[in-house]
Order: sequence, then C-alpha cells, then structure tokens
Amino acid sequence: MKRDYAKEILAGSPQAVARLISWLEDEDERAYSIMEELYPHTGRAYVIGITGSPGAGKSTLTDKLIRIMRKGGLTVGVVAVDPSSPFTGGALLGDRIRMSDHSTDPEVYIRSMATRGFLGGMAKATCDVVKVLDAFGKDIIIIETVGVGQDEVDIVGLADTTCVVLVPGLGDVIQSMKAGVMEIADVYVVNKADRDGADQLNMEVNARIEQDIHIKMSGWVPPVNKTIAVDNVGMQDLWESILKHRAFLEESGRLVEKRRKQTYQETLRMIHNELFRLIRDQLSEDGRLDRLVEEILERKRDPYSTMREILSEWLDSTPKYKEAL
Amino acid sequence: MAKKIKIIVAKPGLDGHDRGAKLLARIFAEEGMEVVYTGLRQTPEMIVAAAEQEDADVVGLSSLSGVHNYFFPRVVELLKDKGLNDVLVVGGGIIPVEDYDFLQKSGVKAIFGPGTPTMEIVNFIKSNARAR
Ligand code: B12
Ligand SMILES: Nc1nc2c(ncn2[C@@H]2O[C@H](COP(=O)(O)OP(=O)(O)OP(=O)(O)O)[C@@H](O)[C@H]2O)c(=O)[nH]1
Ligand SMILES: [Mg+2]
Repeated sequence: MKRDYAKEILAGSPQAVARLISWLEDEDERAYSIMEELYPHTGRAYVIGITGSPGAGKSTLTDKLIRIMRKGGLTVGVVAVDPSSPFTGGALLGDRIRMSDHSTDPEVYIRSMATRGFLGGMAKATCDVVKVLDAFGKDIIIIETVGVGQDEVDIVGLADTTCVVLVPGLGDVIQSMKAGVMEIADVYVVNKADRDGADQLNMEVNARIEQDIHIKMSGWVPPVNKTIAVDNVGMQDLWESILKHRAFLEESGRLVEKRRKQTYQETLRMIHNELFRLIRDQLSEDGRLDRLVEEILERKRDPYSTMREILSEWLDSTPKYKEAL
Repeated sequence: MAKKIKIIVAKPGLDGHDRGAKLLARIFAEEGMEVVYTGLRQTPEMIVAAAEQEDADVVGLSSLSGVHNYFFPRVVELLKDKGLNDVLVVGGGIIPVEDYDFLQKSGVKAIFGPGTPTMEIVNFIKSNARAR
C-alpha cells in the first residue's frame, strides 16, 4: 500500500518527516507532490536564523534557546547546516553534539543538513525543510547556518528574525564583516563574553549600529546581547530581544511585508530552477550541449546568439515538454 | 542529486574513548558519506531518536569500555520498536571475539576491532546500507 506521507506528517509522524526531508535533499521526485499537500498547512511557525563565523557558538546558543522555548511550552524544529566537502562530497555534521539534551524530547525535532555544494550559508533544500517542520506543527523553527564569512547571507530570505553571532578575539571583526553579515542582523549576539575583548567588541558593534541608524532608518534598532552560551548566561535577555523583534514585525506590518518579499523571491527561484533543469537536461541528452560548447570555444558561434536560438527553439517545442511537469 | 549514505556515529554509555569514533567519522565523511557525530555519553534512546530524526541509513556504535553487550543490543531493540528495521547497525572498539556471535545474533550486523583496515569497514557499509 502506498503511504500517505502528508497525512502522516500532519498527524505527527517524525519518521515521515525524516524521509520527506531526505527526498528533498536528494531532489527526489517523490517529495514534491507531498510538498504541494503540505503547503496549505505552513506559514504558522516563527523562523529564527542563527548565523556567524565558524565556532562562534551558534549550536550552543541554539541549545540554550531551545531550553527557554520548551520551558515556555513552545515546540521547536531545528535545521542545522554544516558544509559538505567540495572534494569528497561528504560531510561531518557536528551541530547536534551541542543539542544532546533535547534529543529525546518529542517536541523538539533536530535535523542536520549538509550544504551539498550550495553556497550562501545553507543547503538548497533548507527552505523546503523549514516548510516541512512548519506543517509538522513546530511553533518555532531555528536555522543554524554554516559558519559564515562575509556574504553568505541567504538566511535573510528565510528567517523572520536573524541573529548574528560575533565573538571577541577575531581581530577587527566589524571591518571584516562589513560586506554582508553585519547588514542582516535583527539581533546581535556577542557570545563568549567570558573572553578578553568582549567589552571592546560590544562597543564596536554599538558604534556600528549608531551609524546604521543614520543610514537605514528602518524603525528597528538591533539590540546587542552579551552571552556566555556554554554557561547559559544572558540567554533570557537574548530571547526577550528576539520576542521584541517579533512584536515589532507583527505590529508594524513588516512581517507580512517580509514574507511577501520572501515568497516573491522563492516563487521566481523555483521557476528559474525548474526551467533551467528542463533545458539543461534536454540539451545534455544527446550531447548537443557539448557540441555547442566546442563551437563556441572555436569561435564558430557566440554564446549570445546561441542562447537566443536555444530559447526560441525551446519555446516552439514547449507543448512537448508540458507532459514532464 | 545523488543520494548520500547518512550515518550516525555514537558513543553509548559513559565510555570516554572517542579517538576511534572521531577517526571513523572523518573517514566516513571523506568517503562521501554524511556523518552525524553525536558526541559522548549517549543513551540508547538518544541514539535512536537521532537516527529517526536524521533518517540515518546506518548507526555505528563505538565502545571500548566493555559495555557493548548491553548497549548494542538495546539500540537494535529500540530501532525495531520504532519500526526502523532496515537501519544497518555496526559496531567497533574493544570487543572480545567471544562476544561477536552474541552481538550478531542480536542484530548488530558486523563488529570491527582495532587494526581492521578502514576500507574494509567502509566497503561493508557501502554494500549493506539500505536504499531509500
Ligand atoms: C588512548 C586510550 C585512552 C585515552 C582515551 C583518549 C580518548 N579521548 O579517546 C585515555 C587516557 C583518556 C584513556 C582512559 C581510560 N582508559 Co583507555 N585506552 C586507550 C588505548 C591505549 C587506545 C585507545 C585508542 O584510542 N585507540 C585508537 C583508536 C583509533 O582505535 P579504536 O578506538 O579501537 O578504533 C578502531 C576499532 O576499534 C574500530 N572501531 C572503533 N569504534 C568503532 C565504531 C564503529 C561504528 C566501527 C565500524 C568501528 C569502530 O575502528 C577503529 C579503527 O581501526 C586503549 C588500549 C587499546 N590498545 O585499545 C586503552 C583502553 C581502551 N582503556 C582502558 C581503560 C580501562 C581506561 C580507563 C577506564 C582507566 C584507566 N586505566 O585509565 C580510562 C577510562 C576513560 C573513560 N572515561 O572512559 C582499557 C579498557 C578495558 C576494557 N574494555 O575492559 C583499554 C583496552 C586498555 C587496557 N588494555 O586495559 N584511555
Ligand atoms: N568560552 C566560551 N566558549 C564557548 C561559548 N559558547 C560556546 N563555546 C564553545 O565554543 C565552541 C564552539 O561552539 P559551537 O556552539 O559548536 O559553535 P558553532 O558556531 O555552532 O560552530 P560551527 O557550527 O562549527 O560553526 C565549543 O567548544 C563551545 O563549547 C562561550 O560563551 N564561551
Ligand atoms: Mg554549530
């Protein structure tokens, strides 16, 4: 008998969730009809992003946040992303180690994901996995990104509240992060406040925020929270900051606005990906793509007109490909 | 996207010897697998919950403190209770050969002691992990 995964997930089966996530990671066709059924049940969870440099304490902070959320009766889903090796394709997924305390709590579902070559700080399927956990009924979903450098900021396209974790002792952090990560913080976390340089860092972040107020005029000034995650210090204040940001988004109407933007981007991205896949597969099938590449290399043709040629051909033949959808 | 073998490497009980487990976790990753290392001091319940949530194809247990005869069968049993019958369970560490038979009868598919060439372990896993 064929299993009804959507039904099982809505009824609370962690195994059905687990398998669906694997299929999403593998881009297995079986996943998408289930996602269609689940979609109407999404949009209820609040999504928190935790990002920052490698080893900054993202997993430890997540662990302690889960503890607070559970005390407040909230159910939690966690998507913890670690990088795949570009050389072997394998991955060591170590975030879970820090969240051991919650592994047998049925109201907490933790899933590790490897990036599988996807850049931007997350895996390609992370946005789908968030929807699965949302439909599964989790109140809060935490996404822990890979340890990021400067411009891996895809998390903003997914999280309602993005927490950027900084730690003292990494040199001129603000300078090195100015390009991307510093621009996406709704809440700053200065973790490892037990270490030298925490006050200095705190001052630098506040100075930066001070400047941002003049530049951005967004109506929200990101709070800075000092924490010692390993010792569970400062966590309640961090949670309050997240709640305040949530209240701000909800009361100002920004939450709806944010999600509209995210849905817009996502819809376009899905169309883009699928179109790209269809055309690529069709071109690769009979070795035509290789031949075209050779001709372009030899300057017998140029990539610009080739692109237009292929597209116009493809548009003419679309009825044929409609069945594939 | 090619499917990857997902494997949990876990240290059940209070055994603090983690060199072998960490080494294997790295080797599995270098062989293209996605490896979740759970860390030390795991109860069978924790290991099985992780296997369930991660949709693990394989659970690898490491024990050097002589507690394998309790922990390994218990993990197999809990997996069965959850209906996770197709998860491959393997073990390693300091395990007397006299115990191999008992462990295999209780559902641990293979035991690898010190000195096993790591490719032997990798090949066994690759050829015995389920499809999903
Ligand atoms: C290094 C070591 C330590 C280090 C551990 C460091 C660490 N973080 O791991 C320290 C000094 C801390 C230590 C402490 C103790 N140790 Co000690 N230790 C060893 C020693 C010398 C080597 C272990 C090792 O790291 N081997 C290298 C790794 C790579 O090998 P491995 O783990 O066996 O893994 C291989 C295989 O077994 C297999 N494998 C292992 N796990 C898995 C898992 C899977 C899924 C698979 C497929 C395969 C697999 O593949 C690996 C590669 O081939 C052994 C003796 C020995 N020769 O094994 C004693 C030994 C394990 N220790 C022992 C003891 C008694 C202790 C202590 C209790 C007491 C003491 N006297 O200090 C403490 C307890 C610590 C604790 N909390 O548990 C005994 C255990 C006796 C027993 N089983 O009945 C041993 C056997 C020594 C002995 N002959 O008495 N120890
Ligand atoms: N001194 C100190 N150490 C901390 C603190 N928070 C976390 N750590 C330690 O920092 C190390 C890394 O912590 P993780 O939580 O794994 O960091 P992470 O950002 O999730 O790491 P990646 O996921 O690998 O990028 C661990 O050894 C933690 O125990 C803190 O507040 N103070
Ligand atoms: Mg982490």
